[in-house]
Amino acid sequence: MVRLAHLFSLTVLALLVTVALRSAGSVTSSLRPPDNLTEFPDLSQPVARLNTWFQNRWQDEQVVPAGPVDELTLFRRLSLALFGAVPSLEEIRAFEQDQQPNRPQRWLTMMLKDSRFSNYFADRLARSLVGVEQGPFIIFRRDRLRDWLAEQLQQDASWSQMTRELIAAEGLWTDRPAANFITIARMENEELDENKLAGRTVRTFLGQRMDCAQCHDHPFDEHWKQRDFEGLAAWYCQADVSLAGVSDSPLDKQRQPVVYQVTPPGRETDDARVVPPSVPFHQEWVPESGSLRQRLANWITHPENQRFERAIANRIWGLMFGRPWHTPVDDLPHPDPDAEDALDILGQEFRQHGERLSVLIFMIAMSEPFQRSSASSGESDGDYRRQAEAWAVFPLVRLRPEQVIGSLFQAGRIRRVHQDSHPLIRLQKLTFENDFVQEYGDAGEDELTPQAGTISQTLLKMNGRFSRELSKVDLLTGPSEILNLSPDDRSLIDNAFLMCLTRRPSADEQNVFLNQLQGMHHPHNSTDVAPLTNQQRAEVVEDLFWALFNSPEFAWNH
Amino acid sequence: MESLNLNRRHLLQGLTTAAVSFCLPAMSSRAAQRRGAERPRSLIVLWMNGGMSQLETWDPHPGTPSGGEVTDIATTTPGARISSLMPQMAEQLHECLLIRSLTSKEGDHEAGAAFVRTGYRPEPTLKYPTLGAIIAHELPQPDLQLPPYVVLTPRIPVPEGGYLGNAWNGFRVFEPGSGVSNLNAGVSDARQTRRLEGLDLLSRQFVQRQGVAAGDVLQQDTMGRALQMMKSEQRRAFQLEQEPAALQAAYGHTEFGRGCLVARRLVETGVRVVEVMLPGFDTHIANHEGHMTQCRILDPAMATLLSDLRQRDLLQSTIVLCISEFGRTPRINPAGGRDHWPGWFSCVVAGGGFRKAAVIGATPAELPTGEPPVPEQPVSIPELYATILTLMGIDGRKEIITPIGRPIRFVDAEPTGVLLTDPSLIKSI
Repeated sequence: MVRLAHLFSLTVLALLVTVALRSAGSVTSSLRPPDNLTEFPDLSQPVARLNTWFQNRWQDEQVVPAGPVDELTLFRRLSLALFGAVPSLEEIRAFEQDQQPNRPQRWLTMMLKDSRFSNYFADRLARSLVGVEQGPFIIFRRDRLRDWLAEQLQQDASWSQMTRELIAAEGLWTDRPAANFITIARMENEELDENKLAGRTVRTFLGQRMDCAQCHDHPFDEHWKQRDFEGLAAWYCQADVSLAGVSDSPLDKQRQPVVYQVTPPGRETDDARVVPPSVPFHQEWVPESGSLRQRLANWITHPENQRFERAIANRIWGLMFGRPWHTPVDDLPHPDPDAEDALDILGQEFRQHGERLSVLIFMIAMSEPFQRSSASSGESDGDYRRQAEAWAVFPLVRLRPEQVIGSLFQAGRIRRVHQDSHPLIRLQKLTFENDFVQEYGDAGEDELTPQAGTISQTLLKMNGRFSRELSKVDLLTGPSEILNLSPDDRSLIDNAFLMCLTRRPSADEQNVFLNQLQGMHHPHNSTDVAPLTNQQRAEVVEDLFWALFNSPEFAWNH
Repeated sequence: MESLNLNRRHLLQGLTTAAVSFCLPAMSSRAAQRRGAERPRSLIVLWMNGGMSQLETWDPHPGTPSGGEVTDIATTTPGARISSLMPQMAEQLHECLLIRSLTSKEGDHEAGAAFVRTGYRPEPTLKYPTLGAIIAHELPQPDLQLPPYVVLTPRIPVPEGGYLGNAWNGFRVFEPGSGVSNLNAGVSDARQTRRLEGLDLLSRQFVQRQGVAAGDVLQQDTMGRALQMMKSEQRRAFQLEQEPAALQAAYGHTEFGRGCLVARRLVETGVRVVEVMLPGFDTHIANHEGHMTQCRILDPAMATLLSDLRQRDLLQSTIVLCISEFGRTPRINPAGGRDHWPGWFSCVVAGGGFRKAAVIGATPAELPTGEPPVPEQPVSIPELYATILTLMGIDGRKEIITPIGRPIRFVDAEPTGVLLTDPSLIKSI
């Protein structure tokens, strides 16, 4: 047994050495974005239209926008939004070496083809579609749904088509992963919860919370009546989940039509009333043929249904900025034809360009608000508030749990962690992410709702094993590599800052950390010099990474 | 009505004067020294996770169709008999109010726990704060260097602040009695000083660069409080070395027993709301055996907690509530288990002004057919919580404007004097 254990240890060590050798060497990279944007639809006009809207608004409201953001910070924003992590040193070097025109645009199109994007966004979309609950055993497969979403994103599929597939999917939850949108609603009594499906459908695809109308008319919004909710739930009444998968059964075992029945609370089932499927507006958009679910899906995605495009535009805006255009992300005001806003413009262009999420992402990334600094040019709180309300300054938003650990993990290495990384590194990343998010606290499907930090989270980041292991000067780690490979201490500090904060240090920061590395305990007292041993230098580097990991700049999108 | 919008001006004043200041001086907690009625009230929740069977604990029906293998014993409350699996609690029941008529409509663990923890049925679009979060939110304690709401639990998601915000989530302690995870820097003082020097510089530079926008960052800074807690003497409350071995043995050498002892120490230190969780009550199979195991843990710990609090003159100011997300079915299934039963279930509440040596509610012994009948003298969870909040000095009717603009009361019920030793407390508080 002992020999086996030794053999295993030696094997692991050999693998680690291999990885270390592969990772060592120059930190430049062959990362290369396309030379031009010909492969991507030309969105210059739509972006100009959107930005004109913002400029007009700022002029009308006499708001002075914040200054432009520098391109490295823009790169960090894109990486956080699309990959859930800060950029690697490898990518930063390649980005800086690229001096061709339209650098951000070209890099963005490359990022949209990266599997890190499709996997990360699939996770985010899955949360809006099925939440984070475990779901029914066997018949709900979150992993299959997520993989399917990732494939769709890789193919840059139409969101309308994906939506129709999700609502009307038939088949097994494994073969037709979209069917998991339905199977998660199966209750313990083996029936589907039409109310849950209706509530989720309206929230996710139409950006409207009307769950309370399940029991009574909406208390604050006269548009939504209880009958509207019941009518929407009725579209799901013929859906059925069996061992053969999801199907629609228009007739029951007695060959009678399956209808939706509502039993008033506290009453016997004999008192149930039949509710026919209905929609709260534009009945004419409902096609005459197809299953009930197909007809509902076609009504939701109807080209004139502005709520559909506004809902997804708001969610993508939220995922890009960390804060939706309208909060909460799934409860939008009614479309107003007399007051066009950014969501209307985004929605219209989204419709005209294949209803693809990449179009929304590109337009938002190139929008004026995304290209503004987060540093307010205002002098007072009032100035800042006006800027923030007009999106004339990039909002400061705390990173979400998965972005924190994604960034910690990436910042602890010099090369990007992606699908071609060594399996051991990918396994470690997966383990770290799961463990960290569990301990830190998962924001669940409310991840776009602003949340304050907690003491537990701060203690975990300061003293937990994640920061400790990722800042350690040890075989395979980024801190070790830059300590050994950086030509001098100034470069070392530059590299550490780039890895963690995607920027170079200020003169003050450079001085303080340089003094620490050179054994000067007091920056202004050059006589107090004590040469450091290698071990002590390693500790200084670890402490530098610790400070960078725990800084507010690391923890916030800015 | 109170809005949750924070005052940015106040925060910005902090920004201009203090920038980022981490190391706050330690402060004493005078309130923690008080005893008896003078002392501000605290709450200890003993959470029986998984759905405790009322029939094997507080509401046995031996020899009836629903009774199963249970036998009962007399208690120090005249006329009240509880399960013989709880002999030590039988000796302490004169300190307690036994409620046998709690009701719920949520028979799923997640939904049941959400309802019993918050007093509201769960909704997909609004998360309600737990009772503990409300208390922590409403009773700020400047002298306290520990989190205001501590949850001693090895797992399960932490109880949340809901619409009040994450800041009011329960602070989780994974291994009660073994200190707190991540509370030690793990490096020498010299290295910690160097780290903080670097961090302080980075923080100041960031704030400087962001200008007035940095108010949002400072508002959410928890670093100062975390560092304060790392240095505080009060953190000894999480440790048990100073407790006599005999007392530790009386609580029981179990995670839950240690949790109850830590809960007492936290309350003594000034923490106003603590929850200790005992998992393992989801006995769909071999229910009686399962409860025999659970009661061997619960009985000594809870009984010792009550007597310990009394001896320290803390029971008058400490409400101890033993509760679960629902009860278990009167019918025993073919696997010898009992399934989920929100129709009626029991809780025990002691101290803090609740009635002593009393029983409220009664449940039928026969197996119900169809919908469960309402138990005698039903007590609703919101009613119980409204009463607890009132005893804690909090107006449960207070409305909060939630982040989605909807005004919500902390509890949608009135407090009830029938649960109290002195019903006039409801009016006088």
